[in-house]
Amino acid sequence: MYGLAFPKCPLPIPNSRRKVIQMPMEPMIGLEVHAQLNTESKMFCSCSTKFGAEPNSNVCPTCLGLPGSLPVPNRRAVEYVIRTGAALNCQTAARCRFARKNYFYPDLAKNFQISQYDEPLTHDGYIDLDVDGEQVRIRIRRAHLEEDTGKNIHLATGSSLVEYNRSGIPLMEIVTEPDFTTAEQCREYLTQLRLILRCIGVSNANMEEGAMRAEPTVNLVDRETGEATPKVEIKNLNSIRAVYQAVSYEIERQRRAVAEGREDELFQQTRRWDEDKGVTVLMRRKETSDDYMYFPEPDLVPLEPEPEWVEEIYASCPELPAERRERFCTEYDLPRYDAEVLTESRQLADYFEETCKRFEGSAKMVSNWLMGDVMSLLNEAGITIDQSPISCEMLAELLRLIKEDVISGKIAKDVLATMFETGRSAAEIVEEEGLEQISDTGALESVIDEVIEENPGPVEDVRAGKDKAIGFLVGQVMRKTQGQANPQMVNEMLREKLT
Amino acid sequence: MKLYELTAYELSERLTSGEVSAAEVTEAYFERIESVEEKVAAYLELTQDVAMEQARQVDDWRAGGEQPGPLAGVPVAIKDVLCTRGIRTTCGSKMLKGFRPPYDATTVRRCRDAGMPMLGKTNMDEFAMGSSTENSAYKVTRNPWDLDRVPGGSSGGSAAAVAAGMAPIALGSDTGGSIRQPAALCGISGLKPTYGRVSRYGLVAYASSLDQVGPLARDVRDCALAMNVLAGRDQYDATSADVDVPDYVAALTGDVEGLRAGVPKELMGEGIDPAVRTTIEAAIGQFEELGMAIEEVEMPNLDHSLPVYYVIAPAEAASNLARYDGVRYGHRTEEDVSDVYDLFAKTRGEGFGPEVRLRIMLGTFALSAGYYDAYYLKAQKVRTLIKQDFDAAFEDHDVLLCPTSPTVAFGIGEKADDPLQMKLAHVCTIPVNLAGIPALSIPCGMVDAMPVGLQIMGRPFEEATIMRVGDAYQRATDYHRQRPEL
Ligand SMILES: [Zn+2]
Repeated sequence: MYGLAFPKCPLPIPNSRRKVIQMPMEPMIGLEVHAQLNTESKMFCSCSTKFGAEPNSNVCPTCLGLPGSLPVPNRRAVEYVIRTGAALNCQTAARCRFARKNYFYPDLAKNFQISQYDEPLTHDGYIDLDVDGEQVRIRIRRAHLEEDTGKNIHLATGSSLVEYNRSGIPLMEIVTEPDFTTAEQCREYLTQLRLILRCIGVSNANMEEGAMRAEPTVNLVDRETGEATPKVEIKNLNSIRAVYQAVSYEIERQRRAVAEGREDELFQQTRRWDEDKGVTVLMRRKETSDDYMYFPEPDLVPLEPEPEWVEEIYASCPELPAERRERFCTEYDLPRYDAEVLTESRQLADYFEETCKRFEGSAKMVSNWLMGDVMSLLNEAGITIDQSPISCEMLAELLRLIKEDVISGKIAKDVLATMFETGRSAAEIVEEEGLEQISDTGALESVIDEVIEENPGPVEDVRAGKDKAIGFLVGQVMRKTQGQANPQMVNEMLREKLT
Repeated sequence: MKLYELTAYELSERLTSGEVSAAEVTEAYFERIESVEEKVAAYLELTQDVAMEQARQVDDWRAGGEQPGPLAGVPVAIKDVLCTRGIRTTCGSKMLKGFRPPYDATTVRRCRDAGMPMLGKTNMDEFAMGSSTENSAYKVTRNPWDLDRVPGGSSGGSAAAVAAGMAPIALGSDTGGSIRQPAALCGISGLKPTYGRVSRYGLVAYASSLDQVGPLARDVRDCALAMNVLAGRDQYDATSADVDVPDYVAALTGDVEGLRAGVPKELMGEGIDPAVRTTIEAAIGQFEELGMAIEEVEMPNLDHSLPVYYVIAPAEAASNLARYDGVRYGHRTEEDVSDVYDLFAKTRGEGFGPEVRLRIMLGTFALSAGYYDAYYLKAQKVRTLIKQDFDAAFEDHDVLLCPTSPTVAFGIGEKADDPLQMKLAHVCTIPVNLAGIPALSIPCGMVDAMPVGLQIMGRPFEEATIMRVGDAYQRATDYHRQRPEL
């Protein structure tokens, strides 16, 4: 009567049920990911989803589960799941239902969670991964919609408080088939999934902030006989790295238990990742599956997204990070590293492409400037590319000035900083501050003569064939011209005069 | 005629013409309540200050030349299952003792907006589970026709209040007959609207797929007046229907000539008290006289209604009532507890009465893994068959007629130890909730000096038709004018 999803007491497995499992076995890993959708309002009421508000201030009768309150679905959240389905090659159901997942817990305002059970909004998709040069396809079983719970806060005094601001925030649950065979694949999947969710703008997918949570299920299987070790679920993973480590650890733990015949360690269970010790720890044994008494949510009518709307969402699905990365390599002839960095955020990739369109020069030059100086200015200011005071037109202009030898690369760095600070254009700054490169032979000649006269030692060295000394003389000319001399020309003119 | 003896319609005429003020009407009701409430015990809470303020507001509107709606100044009693902002809402349960909701149910707000002064909150079976109002944690309401008998339930307080002249209109809720059966037992009219016709927002849920709010009143015309206020889509209830709302009062033309009525064989046979059946047959004869064509219809799946209902309703209830755990509001155990689950168990064990506990256990069982398919899923399939029986019957018939209750009001305590007999009290009304259709109960005679109710069922969203039929009957008869002596 009082909730059935409680931890069951561990029961010893009778010896007769033990079986000897043969090696070798291959890991079989499935991943369940919860991503918080970044809608303005909650899943079933109009309360704000804003983070960091006063405790229990973003609440109403519905998300507090007060008597008589009713849920009304957030259309934007539905759209986000369909969009995710589109990005993960899923099918979107023409008709699906919400279901109640019943269990008792103080952070669950109604003591049931509105989720989806046998009729998810989107299902049967896949994602292709490139793991160390190997192509792996992971099947997506489903992506569905549900509401988040509140949060229990346990005080040192022994009493507990409950915070419901999070209660009712829309969550998307993405479940894969158990297609992963290595921890590396899991890591790559989560990395790609995060990029995708950010790219399509449905979630910030930050695991450290709790906006994305992952729960792997790990066991070993003999692919030939189908014989498998019992499934182990791992919880408490707060980063992609933690998932990688926990899965690696768990595979090894199970392998060792099999190899050493310690079958009493192999049973269906939930384990917790201990970040500090770097081990998984038994949380509870699962003798039977939890009974959540799912049934269709009677307060909501079946969800039937209009076909035109779904089509529109699918059609507007943007190019995904992995495809874009490949295209950057081929179309712009970028090194793989550059393509990876640039496609990490959709805004950055867009910025790169927009700049290339406006700049008649090498894409690699755009990439270098973007990944180097522009990024470090942004990082220093703590802003993202879409908040940058330097538009892609402005960057393209700066690059043109470099390419046309109007300014040197070194001067350009200062110009960029001024642009960032003032929002003025490169041409304006160069003009006003007289930063144009001196490429006039007449103007350079007198400075070069001066330097030759003032540095008889190095001049002698050059004449004696010590090529290194010419660098020193060029440097002197640059100094006298405050860096505005065209170093290439200075070099040539010096050689002409001294040989 | 005293003011409390008038129908809402008659009051409305006098209020509109300025013959009486809203304050006078409201005062008259509180005087009446003061003189008979002690005997009947219909109310859990009286809200005189709120009501008088609302009444004076209405009088100010009229004095200022405004033309508020026809029910402005006509008081209303609210079943304690509907949330009233700042006013105790207990659902007849110890679990919600002293609970004051921070918001109004949509139906309550609509009554407020219509200028209907709120008289108070009426007694009910705990969480609307019961058919005698004996399951209330607070008091036993008595039938105004015989104070030793029950008023029916679960909206027994609302029905008794109207029958005793302590309210012209009362709101009730109906999950398996909780408006119609007490209306029948108390000799008044009560309407269960189509599922989705009236908002459920703020109605404390018993069984979400069956619950519906509706009016109880002296006659059908008053029900129609109330429906003009209550009906319509509500953005806060996803199951409320976006279907046009007609003027229900204008639909009462008195003309039922040529309408075809079916009488379901399954609801007239075994289990119906013979005297009640005779009374219903006489009423059916009256409809023939009014020009309606009557014939018997067979609806074989109706025989499964009770078992289907007692799987679906408790299943939804077990989940809906899970929220009462002592964490956020309502009763919390004062016993020492070992952990939070112990807190839940003790709180719920103390806060819920035996019938509620029984239904929670029934529902939990029906939803449990391994039983779900055999119970809940199967019940849903049979529910579909019952709906199909109604669809078929309504192909050839405009309305269906049957008794509302198989017996007249029974004695207090008479069935308290016989849960099955108690549940059979809703045997004629439950199929209507399973099918989601509208149905009306009107008084149509007396047996044992106690009122008998006739149930008129209609197609989805055809409340206007069943009320037209009921009103035509009331134009031709005066069972609805009979009043108990108190
Ligand atoms: Zn809310």
